[in-house]
Amino acid sequence: MDPLELVGAEPGSARSILFDGRAVAALPGQTLAAALWADGVVAWRVTRVGGRPRGAFCGIGQCFDCLATVNGRPNQRLCLVPAEDGDVVTTQEGHGHGELAV
Amino acid sequence: MLKRTSYDVVVIGAGVVGAACAYYAARAGLRVAVVDRGPVAGGTTGAGEGNLLVSDKEPGPELDLALLSTELWRELADSLGEQVEYEAKGGLVVASGAAGLDALNRFAVEQRRVGVEAVAVDGAELRELEPHLAEGLPGGVLYPQDAQVQPALAAAQLLRASGADRYLGEAVTALRRGADGSIAGVVTERRELAAPAVVNAAGTWGGAVAELAGVRLPVLPRRGFVLVTEPLPRVVRRKVYAADYVADVASGSADLQSSAVVEGTPAGPVLIGASRERVGFDRTLRVEVLRRLAAQAVALFPVLGTVAVQRAYRGFRPYLPDHLPAIGQDVRVPGLYHACGHEGAGIGLAPATGLLIGRQLAGEDVGFDLSPFRPERFEGADEGSAGSGPGAE
Amino acid sequence: MVNSRSERVGYDLAVIGAGPAGLAAADAAAGLGLRVALVDAGSRLGGQYYRHPAPELGAARPDRLHHGWRTFEWLRERLAAAPLVDYLPGHHVWAAERGADGWTLQATRGPEGGDRVAVEARAVLLATGAYERQLPFPGWTLPGVVSAGGAQAMLKSGLVLPGRRIVVAGSGPLLLAAASSLTAAGARVPAIVEATGYLGYARGLPVLAGNPGKLAEGADHARRLLRHGVRLRLRSAVVEAHGSDRVTGVTVARLDARWKPVPGTERRIACDALAVGHGLVPQIDLAVELGADTVTTADGTAALRVDAQQRTTVPGLWAAGETCGVGGADLALAEGVLAAYSVAQRPAPAKELAARRRRRAFAALMAAAHAPGPDWTGWVTDDTDVCRCEEVPARAVREAVTELGAADARTVKLLTRAGMGWCQGRMCGPAVACLSGGPLGRPDSRPLSCPVPLAQLAEQDGSSELSE
Repeated sequence: MDPLELVGAEPGSARSILFDGRAVAALPGQTLAAALWADGVVAWRVTRVGGRPRGAFCGIGQCFDCLATVNGRPNQRLCLVPAEDGDVVTTQEGHGHGELAV
Repeated sequence: MLKRTSYDVVVIGAGVVGAACAYYAARAGLRVAVVDRGPVAGGTTGAGEGNLLVSDKEPGPELDLALLSTELWRELADSLGEQVEYEAKGGLVVASGAAGLDALNRFAVEQRRVGVEAVAVDGAELRELEPHLAEGLPGGVLYPQDAQVQPALAAAQLLRASGADRYLGEAVTALRRGADGSIAGVVTERRELAAPAVVNAAGTWGGAVAELAGVRLPVLPRRGFVLVTEPLPRVVRRKVYAADYVADVASGSADLQSSAVVEGTPAGPVLIGASRERVGFDRTLRVEVLRRLAAQAVALFPVLGTVAVQRAYRGFRPYLPDHLPAIGQDVRVPGLYHACGHEGAGIGLAPATGLLIGRQLAGEDVGFDLSPFRPERFEGADEGSAGSGPGAE
Repeated sequence: MVNSRSERVGYDLAVIGAGPAGLAAADAAAGLGLRVALVDAGSRLGGQYYRHPAPELGAARPDRLHHGWRTFEWLRERLAAAPLVDYLPGHHVWAAERGADGWTLQATRGPEGGDRVAVEARAVLLATGAYERQLPFPGWTLPGVVSAGGAQAMLKSGLVLPGRRIVVAGSGPLLLAAASSLTAAGARVPAIVEATGYLGYARGLPVLAGNPGKLAEGADHARRLLRHGVRLRLRSAVVEAHGSDRVTGVTVARLDARWKPVPGTERRIACDALAVGHGLVPQIDLAVELGADTVTTADGTAALRVDAQQRTTVPGLWAAGETCGVGGADLALAEGVLAAYSVAQRPAPAKELAARRRRRAFAALMAAAHAPGPDWTGWVTDDTDVCRCEEVPARAVREAVTELGAADARTVKLLTRAGMGWCQGRMCGPAVACLSGGPLGRPDSRPLSCPVPLAQLAEQDGSSELSE
């Protein structure tokens, strides 16, 4: 049994996103976080103080642990952002705004 | 049953001013207790940005106090610097037009006469100092003496360094007086503290403490909001603010004034501060206040437009009708000292206030003219002058 | 029901939150002739409880992950046919302001929060539900450690699992529901680790008798779990999660009556994910900011004080469901209806009054049964990051208390940054309050209840939508 089987899901054909340069399949209607979980990926952020890996924790947009850079925009909550074909997701380093440093 | 303990002085208020009074009183060899109805930094201190500014002050008694404080903060930073996130970052005041720049430069000329370091900066230099500043600004003035601390840490670390006994979460309910009317101690909800001297460092609530001693001190609240962004790298190097800020600080109007003071912090977020409203202790959010602060910050630093504001907080600055704090012994009640009403400058002015109060308490030569700060200076003044009507000041 | 209409003014009622309470309220209010804006942060109706896959996933049987799915379908159909209800999905409300003629809600729209929308309404109902309470332990920040509700949410909407072998731990009825869904979806759950002994429920037999549905729901979960050979470890807690870049196992220990881990009872369980949570915390920021009174529930969380008509202490502001104290979907449905009748100034329907009475009694029993014991902080080592966002270790929090005189969560926050990060203390707030020794309950007020881009905050006119 898997989740799709449980609810009798018949999704359309998968989309493709790029995660740190690697193609990952995303079913239509899944968030980016869900697509990454389905691919076995549970971390896509590195914390700004301790440099530790993080990913989705609360799954409902409350904890902000699942932040990553999507199509160049940092600090996107992957548990809320629907996966679109061609999305480029990059593991976010710290605050994600390194380019602003003076 | 009330426990009874004896001290040389009891400081009422565990904000940064109370902590500084405790620190310098203890250094003068006095046995000190600090009482607060709330926690350390629970009032205005905890809602401040930690500005240590000389740049926004015109020559006069407050600037003298600020210059002394600047020196003292530098000394304190030797031992507490990192713990209080002290940064001698300097302030940069930016003019939006040619007329504004002229006024700013004239202001700086006056300030230099009394010992303020003020460096005129042209438009090109502005962007070298702050690469993200908006284009087309005509210039400004750099104030290397301006600095910053994290205010809650400043209060807590000063209080710890003082070694004073802390009685936090206990409201003062009465002041004990001797037969001659002089101060004999403090009564809290839980105990009685005997002491021949009491320092009123209750900030915005300083008027209520004065009332316990039967004297009038017209401290009133001036509300402010601060916006806090998401954590960022160093985007803003100094304290950067528009020249209008100086006029806002001095303004007597009850209406909203705002002019963004934008600054980075060691922890990452950028702080955008300085709305000023006289609305009593009303906590109701006005979105318009936040909007104006945001708009002014984006006007100074367009790059911040895409950055998220993570939170906002509010506080109430304690002000007196002439915008000067009350510092020193109250001639009306022997043993009563005041150290409150610093408005938005309490973090900056705290060490000087504490040092001078400490000297008075120890019976030393104060070495500074405290007469402009006399607590009883409002005696006989029209009651209405403490209000918010037109012509209040 | 109309989606994304540009008109955002002139509502009789703005309902914030489209979970059970909000759905029931919007439906009832429209039935009473009120014009309703149903404002929700989520992208689909249902909130967390009725969270379900996007239509593109083509799920024929979403009900298999739900209790009470029919009620949801019924409400969804009615709302779709209700011309008086405007549904505004993807709207995150960050402030509510009261003017002379009623309320203005300020919202950012969409997950990236690009647009600002102002919604004006005569009355506001806060039906924002709850989020999960977390009690930190060493290793809880490791990838693969997720909240129990989060595992549920990701499964219900995205049809995904955080791992193949998932330990479920914490306290509260959500654990059974989560474990039941996870196993049904093919995960192996080696253990459910529940900190209480369920004995608390025994003290409320009359209440249980009045809530047969709750018992049936529990029994249903239990049957499923038994079938999958899931082991229930009572009076135990996960005291450490192991792994370097991902959780590879957990240590479980027995707890004494005060929730102190009993030395010598540690046992290691291999897993590739941990779903953990300690009940729910009402999501009441908007109301707290407005000065609404709160009450502390039996499990130490703050909920809004409401009267018999679901009115908060702020005039014009109603609340229903978890915001008034966590009690589940049936209670939320009843309170939503009651709030709508009150807004419409109609007498309350008897059926919902009775349901509320029964369910509130059960909620109180549940809260008391799962209240954290006072010594749970014993498993928080000094190195444990209490605040996930700002990475503040327990050591810093403890020093703020012992060295600097902090005695409450707000002061600890000011001195350590615990609770100052992206989530604004939602994940660490209850833990910081415990570690500071201060009062549980009333949260600090927050002028902004969610992040807003600075440029959007700077916009002159919040109702720029109108020009569309």
